[in-house]
Amino acid sequence: MTLARHTGAAVLVAAVLLVLTVRLGPFRDYQIAELAAYVTAVAGLTYLIGLSGQISIGHGAFMAIGAYAAALLLLHLHWPLEAVFAASALAGAAAGGIIGVAAARLRGPYLAGATLMLAVALPSLADKYAGVLGGDQGLSVSISTPAFLGVSFPPTRWLAWITCAAALITLVLLANLGRSRIGRSWRALRDNEIAASLSGLNVARMQILAFVISSACAGLGGALFAVVTDIVSPGAFTLALSISLLTAAILGGLGSLAGAVWGSLVLVFVPTYVQDVATSHGLSSAASSNVPIAAYGVVLILVMLAFPSGIQGGLRRLLGPVAPAASAPFNLLRRHSPASEHQEEGTQ
Amino acid sequence: MQEFVEFTLGGVAYGMIYAAIGLSLVLIWRGTRILNYSQGGMAMFTTYVALIVINHTGNYWEGFGAALASGLVLGAVIERAVVRRIENKPPLNAVIVTIGLLIFLEGLAGIIYGGQFRSFPPAFSIVGLTLGSTALGISRTDVFTAAAVLAAALLLAALFQFTAVGLRLRATAFAPNVARLLGIRIGRVLTLGWALAGLIGALAGVLVTPSTFLYPNSMDSIFVLGFTAAVIGGLESPVGAVVGGLVLGVVLNLAGGYLGSDLVSLFGLAALMLVLMVRPSGLFSTTAVRQV
Repeated sequence: MTLARHTGAAVLVAAVLLVLTVRLGPFRDYQIAELAAYVTAVAGLTYLIGLSGQISIGHGAFMAIGAYAAALLLLHLHWPLEAVFAASALAGAAAGGIIGVAAARLRGPYLAGATLMLAVALPSLADKYAGVLGGDQGLSVSISTPAFLGVSFPPTRWLAWITCAAALITLVLLANLGRSRIGRSWRALRDNEIAASLSGLNVARMQILAFVISSACAGLGGALFAVVTDIVSPGAFTLALSISLLTAAILGGLGSLAGAVWGSLVLVFVPTYVQDVATSHGLSSAASSNVPIAAYGVVLILVMLAFPSGIQGGLRRLLGPVAPAASAPFNLLRRHSPASEHQEEGTQ
Repeated sequence: MQEFVEFTLGGVAYGMIYAAIGLSLVLIWRGTRILNYSQGGMAMFTTYVALIVINHTGNYWEGFGAALASGLVLGAVIERAVVRRIENKPPLNAVIVTIGLLIFLEGLAGIIYGGQFRSFPPAFSIVGLTLGSTALGISRTDVFTAAAVLAAALLLAALFQFTAVGLRLRATAFAPNVARLLGIRIGRVLTLGWALAGLIGALAGVLVTPSTFLYPNSMDSIFVLGFTAAVIGGLESPVGAVVGGLVLGVVLNLAGGYLGSDLVSLFGLAALMLVLMVRPSGLFSTTAVRQV
């Protein structure tokens, strides 16, 4: 039943997107493709943080792994696109498994620190193994529109189609997973790790699984990002990207797939929109390139102050009497909850 | 052997800067349970203030003082204006708000000062010191850097240990509700904590910028390493932050010196993971091991 409902919703969205991509110009199609790549990665991250209660400030690293995997497969082995995407997701999942094993031992800021360092350190591999990974220049990725669409078919529309298809499939799979036994187990261990463990859940295994699935999404998102931007280089997978993913997930509303879409919309459209406004008001180039950055910072702060449970949480509160599902206490993301603090420190 | 001494001493100088950033993070973490991701941005901003004062007056020390003073003010203003409003919200919101602050400060610096790289003067000569005929790999400025951070850390320790204000700071970090019941004005204490963190961060900014140039993102990588230092030491412990900074500085400098600069950040990651796998809450954590 749930599967049918989610698939139905996805088909509906796909139809709307089909019309949109045909009606809109190449630039908007490109932005939609970019959006789809971000949504895929952010959706995985929002499940990791919002459902399983682990934080990652380094998801850009998994995107990089997926993107490089895709570039290498396309460049050297000429695999078909769907196989490349699947392989990128697998590459991300494998890396996530390794990091997840370490992450299952860490909590809160310590996990944040470790993943942050991962995001900083990983791109330097591209310089070290410049022969295979192309160094600073990166690897170029080119895909061609299939012949049956005709020669005059706009390539950006094809990009938008394949990225949106991949994103929608990911979202349907994640939506079902969230409603499944696994999703419920994640929520249980997020809300109270000890209680979840006493109820027979293998906490470490569930946490690692969350990391694997989340980084598979990031790997796929990275591959989509690679085909959208034509090039895979270390400059695209900076710490700034990782932080953008995190802000999108939290801004949209943690644990909510709709929230992942809202957050990604902010990520893709707010900077370009402010830039347009800034340039049209005749600001100098130094100012007009920096005003969007400053404005984005202000937007982040204001949204968090106005809607503590993210955009999706705010919408739920405004639109209906339904209790927000994603606003559960995230005490576990701290090293210890306030209640146990005195006890622990008292035993020093 | 001589190389080893050079790399180690140079690492100590860098390590003290990471220690200063780590120390400012620990101050805020203990007080408010918030990780201040904007610490690097704040330090970048106060360093611009210092540069303007130096260019205006031609005196390095006036700029130095201006940076510390503006760090103090900036920390207090941010606590009053922004942080206070997120105290009772989910902790992840604080992450985003401080990241928002960082992005805002970097954008603002770009608007005001432009994005170009500016050089920042060192406090003393940057010519390498020698002992007899052996080069030590450090300069007078490096010695000053290490001494200044060490002095700041000791002054902070004295403030915490021997003054009434320090007792209030410790009480608030230890048990905020009890402290409030005992009549401590928690709000003021927290503002003071942020102001002190701003000051230490500003010190780190002024000390590190001569070797990095000054631009809106100039403190990002320093912040990451300072954060790593604090995590290695254990976020609860100021001593841990200093030790973590020194360990990280020396390890990175040795790795960079012997194995080439390509992989320095990977060695940082390796050092961090190694420490965290042995002690998941850092070297100097005092809390009991979480058992599930």
